Amino acid sequence: MKENCPDRISQIWGQRTPYYGEWPERVDEYVTAQPDHWVQSACLLCSNGCGLDIGVKDGKIVGVRGRSTDRINHGRLGPKGLHGWMANNSADRLTTPLIRYNGKLEPATWETAMSLIVEKSRELVRKHTSGSIGFYTSGQLFLEEYYTLALIGKAGLGTIHMDGNTRLCTSTSSWALKLSFGTDGQPASYTDIDTTDALFLVGHNMAETQTVLWSRVLDRLQGTNRPRLVVVDPRVTVTALQADVHLMNKVGTNVPVLNGILNLIIRSGQIDSDYINTHTVGFAELEKIVSRWTPDLVERVSGVPAAKLTAAAEILGGSPTLVSTALQGVFQSMQATAAAVQINNLHLIRGLIGKPGCGLFQMNGQPTAQNTRECGANGDLPAFRNWHNEEHVKELAQIWNVLPSKIPHWAPPTHVMQMFRYAEQGSIKMLWISATNPAVSLPELSRIRKVLQKDDLFVVVQDAFMTETAALADVVLPTALWGEKTGCYTNADRTVHISHKAVDPPGMARSDFDIFLDYAYRMDFRDKDGQPLIKWQTPEQAFEAWKLCSKGRPCDYSGLSYEKLSRGSGIQWPCNEQYPDGCERLYSDGQFNTSYLYCESFTHDLSTGGAMEPEDYKEKDPGGKAIILAADYEPPHEQPDKKYPLWLTTGRLVYHFHTRTKTARSPQLNAAAPEVFVQISEQDASENGITEGDLVKVESRSGRVEAPARIGGIAPGLIFIPFHYGYWDGAENFRAANELTKTSWDPVSKQPHFKYAAVHIYKVEPGIAKAISDTKDEVMDVMKSAFETIKQKLKI
Amino acid sequence: MNVAQYISLVYRSEQKLADAFERVARQHSLEPDVLQLCKKFESWCIDHVENIKKLTDRYGEEKDDEPEDIYDALFDKPRMGAMGLLRDLHGLWLLANEVKLCWTILYQAAQALRDDELEMSCLQFGEQTNRQVTWLLTKIKQSAAQVLVVAE
Repeated sequence: MKENCPDRISQIWGQRTPYYGEWPERVDEYVTAQPDHWVQSACLLCSNGCGLDIGVKDGKIVGVRGRSTDRINHGRLGPKGLHGWMANNSADRLTTPLIRYNGKLEPATWETAMSLIVEKSRELVRKHTSGSIGFYTSGQLFLEEYYTLALIGKAGLGTIHMDGNTRLCTSTSSWALKLSFGTDGQPASYTDIDTTDALFLVGHNMAETQTVLWSRVLDRLQGTNRPRLVVVDPRVTVTALQADVHLMNKVGTNVPVLNGILNLIIRSGQIDSDYINTHTVGFAELEKIVSRWTPDLVERVSGVPAAKLTAAAEILGGSPTLVSTALQGVFQSMQATAAAVQINNLHLIRGLIGKPGCGLFQMNGQPTAQNTRECGANGDLPAFRNWHNEEHVKELAQIWNVLPSKIPHWAPPTHVMQMFRYAEQGSIKMLWISATNPAVSLPELSRIRKVLQKDDLFVVVQDAFMTETAALADVVLPTALWGEKTGCYTNADRTVHISHKAVDPPGMARSDFDIFLDYAYRMDFRDKDGQPLIKWQTPEQAFEAWKLCSKGRPCDYSGLSYEKLSRGSGIQWPCNEQYPDGCERLYSDGQFNTSYLYCESFTHDLSTGGAMEPEDYKEKDPGGKAIILAADYEPPHEQPDKKYPLWLTTGRLVYHFHTRTKTARSPQLNAAAPEVFVQISEQDASENGITEGDLVKVESRSGRVEAPARIGGIAPGLIFIPFHYGYWDGAENFRAANELTKTSWDPVSKQPHFKYAAVHIYKVEPGIAKAISDTKDEVMDVMKSAFETIKQKLKI
Repeated sequence: MNVAQYISLVYRSEQKLADAFERVARQHSLEPDVLQLCKKFESWCIDHVENIKKLTDRYGEEKDDEPEDIYDALFDKPRMGAMGLLRDLHGLWLLANEVKLCWTILYQAAQALRDDELEMSCLQFGEQTNRQVTWLLTKIKQSAAQVLVVAE
C-alpha cells in the first residue's frame, strides 16, 4: 500500500493494515515538489525512529517518504515525521554566531565567538577549576556528537557537570533498567508486538507520543488473534479508549496500582517459580510488601475500582505472552523509579522476558535519548560504564589514553536540576547548552529564567533557532539540523539508523559535531602522551572510535559500520561477532548484567536514592540474576488543598515535539495545534463558572498561566496543560505549563515531577478565544465523546 | 540490668535526630531533595520514638543528657548556603550514626535477653537508620567537592 501526501493531520494513524505476525508495508510519502534524489535517514521527532528517505530538489529538502524496508515502520510515517522537515527551510534559521554586547545579541564571526568561549573557559578553569563549567545537552543530537561532547567534558576539561534533557524524559527509564537488570538497554523488540497476546501500557499515551508504534498496535488490535490491552492513565486518552481494561487512577498512585496487580498475580499462583528461583533475587521482599495491597486498599488510595483491578490482573497474570511499556505518566510522576521497576518485576515473576512476544520497554521520549545515555552525555559514563567502579574508569581511561584521575568519578555526574542550583548559588559560572530549551522545558520557569540571566553566569547556546533559551544567552552558535549533517541514532528498541547529509546548512550554521571539535582543537586538549585528545575529524571516524569504546559492553556497536547501516533497515545493538545482524531481544538466556564487575550501577534505595557502596554490592553480588526491588506507596509531596484545590498534570500533543522549536515551524503541524489550552472537566468548569473558550488563569505555588479553557475529556479534580508552548512566536500572557510545575525530582532518577502540582483556576475573560475550540483536532473530538460514555458507565 | 539506660539513650537520640532533620529541612528548604528527604527521615525518627515508648514501659527509663549535648555541639547556630548545607549534613551523619550504634548495642542485649520484640525493633529501626546514613553519605559525597574546591 502507498499513500501519497496523506492527511496525517486529521488521519493521524492512517489506513489500517490488520495483521498477526508480519506487519504489512504501507509507504507514506509527503513531498511539495518532485525530488531529484532521495537520501537515507530516519525520523528525528520521537523515540520511535522511523526509517525514511529525505527528498531533495535543487539542494533543498522537498519532502520525505517512509522506508518500506525498515524494521521499525515498514514505510509508515506519523504527522510529525511527514511534516516536521519543513522547519529546516524556515526563514528564521540562525545563520550567524551572536554575541551579547551591552545587553543585545549582535552578529559575530565564528572566530570571535569561539575565541570568546575558549578565553572564558580557560579563565574559569584557572580561577575555579573545571567544576565551574557545566554542559547541558539534548535528546536530539547524533551519537557521534554526544560521544565527542562526553570526551571533551570528561577527559578534556574533566568536569563532573554534564547532563542531557533526557533527564526530563527518560532518566527514569534508564534507572529502572539499571536497577532491575544491571545496565541500561531495552530488553524487548518491536517485533514482540507482532505476536504478543497482551499489552500493558502504563502512563503511556502511545497514540499521541509514538503514532507509528500505535499504528502497529492498532493493526494488531484489528487483526486476527487480537491481543488484550490494559492501560493505566488518569486521563481518558485515545490510547485508553482502545483498552479492554482502563485503570483510571488518581495522579501519583502508580505504585499502589502496580503493587495491587502484583499481589493478585502472586496470590493466584500465576508466577513462574522456577524462573524466579533461578534468575532473580529479592522476590520474598516483594511478596511481603505487595501483600497488603488488596484490591480494596488499592481502590481507596488510587480510585481504581477493585473489580477493574482484578480484571486487569486476570489479563496480565493469565496471558502466555506480554509486552509492557511505561512512559511519562510513570517517569515524571511521584515515585517514578519505584513504579517503573514494578513493571520489570511483573515480567520477572512471570518469566516473560527475552522470549518472542514477551518483554518490556521503559520507553524513551526523545529521538536520540538512547544515545545521550549510551555515550555518557547525560550523567553516565560511556557504554553503560559504572562511575563507581574503578575498573570501568580505568578501562575508559585506557581507551581515551588519559590518566584515570582525569575522568571525574568521585560522585555521579551532576544532574541538570543540581547544575541550575549550583549556577544559582554561583559555583557554576559557565553553562553550555546544546539543542535544548530549558527556558521552556524545566520546572518553575521564573526561577530558570532568573538563573540564565545571572551576570556571573556565562551562557553558551547552540541551536538552529532563536529559542527562549538562546534569547537569554551570552553567545549563540547557529547549528545545522537533521538532514544537514551525517550521523547515527538509536531508537527505543535499540535499532541504530544512519542519517546521511542531504543538504547544506544555511548561512554560517555548522553541525554540533564540528563546533565541539573546533572547541576541543582551540582548547588544545591532549591525551597523556601529549597527542590530541580527540583523534577524529569526521562523524564516521567518531563512529569507529565509539565502536571500540562500546565493544564488550551491552550496547556493543562493534559489528556495525556506516556502510552496513546504509544498506536497508536499521540494525539493533548489540551487533558484534556473536550477533552480526543485531540481537533482537536481550536476556534470552536469563543472564542479566547485574554482576559486580559488569553492572552500570550499584543499587540505590528506591525511597531515598541513597547509593549502595561498591563493597556492599560486591558482598551481595547478584552475579547475573535480575534484582527484584519492592516499594511501598508514598503520597505526593504536594496535595491539593483549600487554596490550590486542583491537580495539574502536563503532557504532550500529537502534533508537537518538545518546545515546538521545530514543529511549530511546519505550517501543517502548527495549524493543527496553534495555541495552548487548559483542559478541565465539566464539573470543575461549571463550579468555577467557566465555559468553553473562556480565558482562564491557573495559579500554583510556582507561577501562573493564562490560556483558553477546553472542557471535557478529563476527570474532575484534574486539569491538563500541554507543555510545548513557550514565547518565541509571541504570547501575550504566561502560557508555558512549566511556569506552574514544581522544583522537585525523583530521588533515584532525578527526573523532575512534571505530572503533578496543586493549582487553582479562575475565569479572566469570557469567550475571547473561541477559535481554539474550532481547531481541527481528531484526538480531542474522539476523547470528548468517548468520555461522555465512560462517565455514564463509571457514574462520575 | 542496664538496658533501660540504653533505651533512654536511643529514645533521646532519635528525638534529637528528628529535631535535627526538621531543622535542616527548614534551613535548606531551597534544596528540594534535602527538604523532602529530611522531612521523610524526621517522620521515621518520630515513628521510632513512638515505638520506643512501648519499650520504656517494660524496661523503665533513665535520664540521659548526652544526646542533647551532642545536638547542641553539632547544631549550635543556623548555617546557610552550600558550605552550611555540607556542615549540616555532616552533623546529621554523626548524629544518625550515634543512633545506629545505639540500635546495634541494644540488639546485642535483645539477643541475650531472648526478647523477640526488642530484637525486631532493633533490626527494623536500625535498618531505617542505616538508610538515613546511606542517603546522607550519598548527598555529602555529591556536594563536597563543589563546595570545597569550586565555590568561593
